[in-house]
Amino acid sequence: MPELVVLRDVQDSELRHIEDYLKVGGYQALKKVLLELKPEQVVDEVKKSGLRGRGGAGFPTGMKWSFIPKNVDKPKYLVVNADESEPGTCKDRVIIERNPHLLMEGIVIGSYAIGAHCCYLYIRGEYYEQAQILSLAIEEAYQHGFLGKNILRSGYDLDVHLHRGAGAYICGEETGLLESLEGKKGWPRLKPPFPAVVGLYGCPTVINNVETLATVPRIMERGADWFASLGTPKNGGTRLFAVSGHVNKPGTYELPLGIPLREIIFNYAGGMKDDKVLKAVIPGGSSCPILTADEIDVKMDFDSVAAIGSMLGSGGVVVMNEEACMVKVLLRIAKFYAHESCGQCTPCREGTTWLKNILQRVNDGQGRPKDLDHLMGIAFNMIGTTICPLSDAAALPVRSFIQKFRKEFEYHVHQKACDVAQVMV
Amino acid sequence: MLSESLLEKYRDLTSRYPTKRSALIPILLTTQEEMGYLTPESVRFISDYLKIPEIQVYEVITFYSMLRTTPVGKYHIQVCTNISCLLLGGEEIFEHISKRLGIKEGETTPDNLFSLVEVECLGACCNAPAMQINYKYHEDLSVQKVDKILDQLKQQG
Repeated sequence: MPELVVLRDVQDSELRHIEDYLKVGGYQALKKVLLELKPEQVVDEVKKSGLRGRGGAGFPTGMKWSFIPKNVDKPKYLVVNADESEPGTCKDRVIIERNPHLLMEGIVIGSYAIGAHCCYLYIRGEYYEQAQILSLAIEEAYQHGFLGKNILRSGYDLDVHLHRGAGAYICGEETGLLESLEGKKGWPRLKPPFPAVVGLYGCPTVINNVETLATVPRIMERGADWFASLGTPKNGGTRLFAVSGHVNKPGTYELPLGIPLREIIFNYAGGMKDDKVLKAVIPGGSSCPILTADEIDVKMDFDSVAAIGSMLGSGGVVVMNEEACMVKVLLRIAKFYAHESCGQCTPCREGTTWLKNILQRVNDGQGRPKDLDHLMGIAFNMIGTTICPLSDAAALPVRSFIQKFRKEFEYHVHQKACDVAQVMV
Repeated sequence: MLSESLLEKYRDLTSRYPTKRSALIPILLTTQEEMGYLTPESVRFISDYLKIPEIQVYEVITFYSMLRTTPVGKYHIQVCTNISCLLLGGEEIFEHISKRLGIKEGETTPDNLFSLVEVECLGACCNAPAMQINYKYHEDLSVQKVDKILDQLKQQG
């Protein structure tokens, strides 16, 4: 079995209460950080570890932290992104449910590293039970002196507040999240300035994903070199892969970055359900270009997946068998983005709706001969033309589905019907 | 008009932020949890309380899918039909509930017991298909399992 980082103590159990967490050495990394290290040393260690953001973009975490300006009078904020909403992704939930204090410990270390004394934990509104778990964890951390004033007599103060969202995918985007946290609709902001300089309430802000922060205590405990050695060069550590769809054992598996996708599907997720033939895989959530069955020897790290034209994204691996209709799946993805587009930028607001409408008619047997070219044209005009990446996220799947499964789409357009088996031949 | 306990929650929520407005969404959620939906009166009150124009409160309410200005059933059924659920029968689950309750997407049964909506990814992909009834997740669904849940809720009334 590969070495576990985030799920180390909770592979088949939960450590909801602080007493249980303390028994397995919990908050020891924090003790070491607060009493022995300067904030810059923490940032350097995380930089050295090769940890990259686990939310989706894969930006180096230590570097993100180092962008926080040193000599400003304004308060600094750490904001935790627990808005997990990318279709196919359900891994942060596992951390929250099984090991909420690991996240808490990571939050305190991260806040200390960037000089923040206030942290907001933004969780999607649907995760109500998970919010209650976190509420309790925050309360316990205060009671034990891991939050509040003069933590562990180090002189360092930190307050953590839980903030519930109310259902909007776009609030997973960093600046959409900040707007939402300020009590507004989640319209992403133009960048620059980046949140590290002008973030929450105009102050320097770091936004980190749950899994990213939950990884930090382990790095501080075992060292950057250990962590880096678990993955591949430039892709330190492990990743939580949430495997769903047509597999025998769907679930969240923590595996080293760089593990071949084939192994994830066939060794860990138990292979294809009912022994059906593998047809396609979305490697990292709905925004990522689709992979065909021939492409599953790809190594699952940020750079290798990018090299074959897709993305590691949020680690949500969606597996499809020969019976999955690509038109129908793409239509559902397009519906999602049309629903979730915030409406701020024209290419996205109009484009997502057109993609959905055209795919709907292709799916319904009303497709027109030029529809596939139209779809490709609309997708082309949506990429790189908007404030945030939602537009790209809607367009990239369309482009990849049609490129890789064109015959199936043409069958729908010309035969006015779906016949997956026939097209497969 | 609003209960003292709700006002107490408003005070607690606003105390967490340097600007009162930040508490808007948590306040709207809390109000909805207590009253079932956001009535025009409650919106007016919140607008006064946070000193935000009413139109901006509505702007926020209409932006977020969980916030509503009309009542729903006692059991608000939210079925996910996004990719992972779609692949494992999420649409069939939705159709089954719709047929069994005799209501379409967005509708409520005449006895106000059940309402039904299709929702985007609930983050339950590894336990698809899934739905949420009010805040409770129901996962690894089958038609039989759904029937059992609905029977039980019907009985509870």
